[in-house]
Amino acid sequence: MTADVHAERAATSRRPGLAALRGRNNEGVLAGVILLLLLVMLVVEPSALTWGFAGDIIRSGLVTLALALGLLLIIISGGMDVSFTAIAVFSGYATVRLMTDLGIDGRVWPFLLAAAIGCALGSLNAVLVARYRMETLIASLGTQVIIRGFLLAFVGSTYLATLPPQLDSVGTTTIFRLGSSPVNIVVVPVALACVALALILRRTMFGRGVYAVGGDKESARRVGFHVARVQTGIYLLAGLFAGFAGMVHVVLSRHASPFDLVGMELNVIAAVVIGGALDRGGRGSVHGTVLGVLLVSLVQNSLVRLGISSYWHVLVIGLVILVGVAIQARSNARGAKRPRILEEVTP
Amino acid sequence: MSERPFALRASGVTKSYGGVRALAGVDVHVRAGEVLCLAGANGSGKSTLIKIISGVENPDHGTIELGGTSAQRLTVKEAVDRGVQVIFQDMSLFPNLTVAENIAMSARVSSNARWISERKERALARSVVERLGLRLDLDAEVQDLPVADRQLVAICRALALDVKVLFMDEPTTALTWHEVETLFRVVAQLKEQGVAIVFVSHKTDEVLDISDRITVLRNGEVVADGPTAEFDHASLVEALLGYSATEDRVLSQALAAAAPALEVEGLAATDLFADVSFSLVQGEVVGLTGLLGSGRSEVAEAIFGKVPTTGGRVRVAGREVSIEGIDDALRAGVAYVPSDRLTQGVFLDQSIATNLVSATIGTVTRRGGVLDESAMAAQVDDAVRDLAIKIGEPTDPARSLSGGNQQKVVLGKWLATDPGVLILNGPTVGVDAGSKAAIMEILRRKASAGMAILLISDDVPELVSICHRVLFIRRGRMSGELAGDEITESNVRERLVT
Repeated sequence: MTADVHAERAATSRRPGLAALRGRNNEGVLAGVILLLLLVMLVVEPSALTWGFAGDIIRSGLVTLALALGLLLIIISGGMDVSFTAIAVFSGYATVRLMTDLGIDGRVWPFLLAAAIGCALGSLNAVLVARYRMETLIASLGTQVIIRGFLLAFVGSTYLATLPPQLDSVGTTTIFRLGSSPVNIVVVPVALACVALALILRRTMFGRGVYAVGGDKESARRVGFHVARVQTGIYLLAGLFAGFAGMVHVVLSRHASPFDLVGMELNVIAAVVIGGALDRGGRGSVHGTVLGVLLVSLVQNSLVRLGISSYWHVLVIGLVILVGVAIQARSNARGAKRPRILEEVTP
Repeated sequence: MSERPFALRASGVTKSYGGVRALAGVDVHVRAGEVLCLAGANGSGKSTLIKIISGVENPDHGTIELGGTSAQRLTVKEAVDRGVQVIFQDMSLFPNLTVAENIAMSARVSSNARWISERKERALARSVVERLGLRLDLDAEVQDLPVADRQLVAICRALALDVKVLFMDEPTTALTWHEVETLFRVVAQLKEQGVAIVFVSHKTDEVLDISDRITVLRNGEVVADGPTAEFDHASLVEALLGYSATEDRVLSQALAAAAPALEVEGLAATDLFADVSFSLVQGEVVGLTGLLGSGRSEVAEAIFGKVPTTGGRVRVAGREVSIEGIDDALRAGVAYVPSDRLTQGVFLDQSIATNLVSATIGTVTRRGGVLDESAMAAQVDDAVRDLAIKIGEPTDPARSLSGGNQQKVVLGKWLATDPGVLILNGPTVGVDAGSKAAIMEILRRKASAGMAILLISDDVPELVSICHRVLFIRRGRMSGELAGDEITESNVRERLVT
């Protein structure tokens, strides 16, 4: 009797083939939506689907993706962050400012310096969240304003129209061309950052701690995680990714402006959430986030190709975000779905 | 067995919280391969003792001897290293992770591992699951598991480490007695493997059933300690409470001219239940019982409008009603006390007063939406007196109350709506014997005054102690009924499984 009950339970909780395709955080559903959109484009505007189109999507999604990585960590741990754009712009701008003022130049080390500055700024969030246990969103609202204010008041508020030549050359180096669209070399470090974060999340105890804290903080404490230590790691690492993203933005836009990026938070948050990381925490993956960024970027570029006025873009992106988040929230409610009880009466 | 070494010996453990003495010189010991029941009513100091032995809290005085080494105080890590594992009442699992990931978690953390190998995690999880002869889907996420399986996952997680003393804090609270049998089998297995088990409970039936020895705590002191054979139900209850409380069958007086209060006809909900028909008259207490997952809760939630129905009719006081939410239910005169008071019934951080008036906020609101403080205070006073709720101040948070008193607050909140029909789902789950008897007495009193009460429960003694009739549900269909003298513990148990 008991054995039957258990066998039955095991059978119902095992995921059948089709459901397995969906992925743990609905990544499969997202991939399906992207394919569907491409199909629609194929019918409506077949001439638009070129390699160049793919190149455009990659280029426009790179900065969003770089910014999304740090945020992903925070959201998995059950937090929310709006300070990452401020950290990014501070790190990118301050690095270029330093290079210009001191007359030094380089290709790789500016990325590392920006990441280090980002890490230092991330420690602000780390202290507020891990040490003083502040609500993450509130803490980051504060740090966003502080970091941006500090940047404008002490580092500089002038637009730097040209980058030092070597750094600028990174922005013009293409590794290959997709049709008519050049693919910039920074796709390589961004891809490496993605792989690194995926490894951290899936293969390290720290990564498991991030999911554990996001799943249930008290339980994490009880199995022996140092929650504050895990949180400190999360915010330092998130700052590091944001700083790196700031430099990616500077290099790709080939200028440094202290007024960039801030205001872009919602796009990035949307990409991460559509990618399967829910604000409740404990969920999300790097490949989901990559798909989320891809979807947002695809929609934006499709609108351009379809010749739709840019005034409409904001509205459409807004709708995509709403629908994407709604789908995620809905299919996540499956956990709350009641199991079947009623026994069929065979006539 | 008495030759076996002590796995745990705590002596003279004393702990005070800001002047309030939670533990006063408690001595507790358990040998390898022994099941000790640590029994005590809510607030007797059981939880504090567990926290001290597992290193979560430090004692003011006393020594804790584990496997031959003695210490004044322990950290969580030291306790784990010496083989102490606690299965907390809430199980402390990670709903977002898989069964395998959950089971491997404690062992990975305590070994200070830096890297994760999914293959090794699975192998570890599988070995534990197989050792206990359980069937668990290692890849299922814990949030998708039924409560009974979560309990087993929590046990597996503790056993993935080298456990010598296993604390189980009220492990059966969320289980039906049928699933409790499975749990007890696992406990027996662990015992054979030489694990010392400290089983924390205030359910006298299971305490007597499973333990070798019993230590009873009351107000932070050991008031009884001895082999289980020296206790029986009555003496155990008396030790727990300090006075005797009975669960005898006492029925409220049926009303002379009782009108129908609740009539349910052919109620159905897709995949959940079908053809559910029954009725209650005024002043009647009717039990609705079935195993966990039989549909007993779903029927109640459907009547209250929380589960959408696909057919059937509900009449309240003779009038057909369509209840789609709490507002409709209140208007129709139906109140529902849900099973999980922590998540559905009580606002833990809100004051006792706010909790008590939260279902009747309309009646204490003046025109313009301003709260009438004096009306509120009067209502709170009435409820506290009527239900004998033990509180400090009405402004204290509900969290400060014991489980039994929290449940009285939830009950009081719904009674304030003056319902004609009161539906209760597991009203005494996690409530000690004293509070339980008090709640039963309140229900009898309300029934005598004409309220119709539908009691959903799988606590057999509770059903027997109060119900005029007991209805059975099985796999979503009504499967029988007992009335009057047919209602005995053995009859009800028999009907439940067959």
